[in-house]
Amino acid sequence: MQRYLIRRALVTIPILFGITVMSYFIMSLTPGDPVQMLINPGMSQADVEIKRRALGLDRPVHVRYAKWLNELVHGNLGYSYSTGAPVTKRVGERVAPTLTLTVSALVLSYLIAVPIGVVVATRRYTWIDYAATFFAFLGISLPTFFLGLAGIYVFALRLRWLPVGGTMTLGGEGGLLDLLLHLALPATVLAVAGAGALTRYVRSSMLEVLGQDFVRTARAKGLAQAVVLRRHALRNALIPVVTLAGLQIPALLGGAVITEQIFEWPGMGRLTIEAINQRDYPVLMGITLITALLVTLGNLLADITYSLVDPRIRYE
Amino acid sequence: MRHRLAVVGTVALGLLAIMALAAPVLAPQSPTAIDPTTFQGRPSPAHLLGTDSVGRDVLSRLIYAARVSLSVGILAVTMYVVIGTSVGAVAGYYGGTVDLALSRIMDIMLSFPPLIIILFAVSVFGRPSLWNVIIVLGLLGWPAVARLVRGQVLALRQQEFVQAARAIGASDPAVVMRHLLPNAMAPVLVAATFGTANAILVEAALSFLGMGVQPPTPSWGNMLTDAQSLTVLEQMPWLTVGGLG
Repeated sequence: MQRYLIRRALVTIPILFGITVMSYFIMSLTPGDPVQMLINPGMSQADVEIKRRALGLDRPVHVRYAKWLNELVHGNLGYSYSTGAPVTKRVGERVAPTLTLTVSALVLSYLIAVPIGVVVATRRYTWIDYAATFFAFLGISLPTFFLGLAGIYVFALRLRWLPVGGTMTLGGEGGLLDLLLHLALPATVLAVAGAGALTRYVRSSMLEVLGQDFVRTARAKGLAQAVVLRRHALRNALIPVVTLAGLQIPALLGGAVITEQIFEWPGMGRLTIEAINQRDYPVLMGITLITALLVTLGNLLADITYSLVDPRIRYE
Repeated sequence: MRHRLAVVGTVALGLLAIMALAAPVLAPQSPTAIDPTTFQGRPSPAHLLGTDSVGRDVLSRLIYAARVSLSVGILAVTMYVVIGTSVGAVAGYYGGTVDLALSRIMDIMLSFPPLIIILFAVSVFGRPSLWNVIIVLGLLGWPAVARLVRGQVLALRQQEFVQAARAIGASDPAVVMRHLLPNAMAPVLVAATFGTANAILVEAALSFLGMGVQPPTPSWGNMLTDAQSLTVLEQMPWLTVGGLG
């Protein structure tokens, strides 16, 4: 296991390297000139050139990349073009809100999907099954922003139960309750899409396990239905489902871009849009690197949980 | 159950396709024509679903937007299925260094969170537009398909009928085109169906963020941006997109 982990971690390095090369060169193709976004119209051509040179943008792209990579190895992600702040700080302060949002959404989607999936698997082809299928496909099909806007309309504007957006009440004390209230809508919206697909997985995985011999044996022993389901079926059915969590991270991070935009959640998603609009390349590179890191970490986590929940699996 | 769902889905998709093709006939007005007498008008006999913030007929825009969404879905997916199938077949058939190199590229591309890299790439093309969205989705979607095809080809390559075809002297392209790919396409078609639905949602998301289809061309995404929360109910045709699943 340990050797496997080390090997996996080593494999990630060239992948991350490839990601930085690719994103750096894609970005250098972008037509918008970052210098044009920074200067004011009154600046002379000479001043513009000085600014360009100060940012290192007068050099060819491979030189810039080598410099960036060298800084990265020393733990420096560069400085934001638009604010001049270190990228580690600008991106760093956005990581926690995004993780709060995506992790809550992930947990929530499992809390929704597992009970529904189990109930539906034991009552196949009844109206509950059809209803759950309908809502699962609805959840998959509805765009996040539609759900988000509808959620704001119903729960924030009409019913006034929940805040419209942000992470805390303006001028308020903050605190955990306040955060949870602000988190409720965006996390639910983000969770719904994942929950739809997840319900289908839990259902089919449960059905597969329920058809197996050891479940029949458990029933034949005279165990109660609840015990058979919980102790014998669910435990085995969850194995493939649990490992999906790590693989959902890319979709969640993507969904978070939209959700954060709608709910004014100060995470990496919002920063991505700001950075793209301002052609703030160092910030964009920082975001790409961190999200890619999270995604590869998610894949690794998926593999590890797999071996943890299923002792039959051994990585050599 | 599966079949009934499939039928409902096909019918919904068929209706959408007809709506898209027959848009000029079905739409009561031009999707870009402005009625100066009414802005954000309530539904009326002249405008069945009312008008938007600049006085364009919402129903007509909704119908024309089907064209945008379907063409994004179909064109982008066709593009990346073609690329993905070719890359996957080459990697799986030749194996060795070629496979290793192509597989690493797939790994790298699959490690990007999709929406973030798409946003990124759309900005590379400068002004966002319908075609840019199609091209970006088409260029970025292929690794998943390539991986599927590669796996299939790897498994099929060892089978007797492929060995036999090679033994009688069929050329590499002939083996791949005639014997391997036809047998490898089933999971690709499934992936393509889901891919189409997904591409439609991504276009909507991009347009919502202002990085996709630009007004006055109607798209379901940018219409929602215009409408924000005030006309939620008008957007119910979204539900039919689910038919694709």
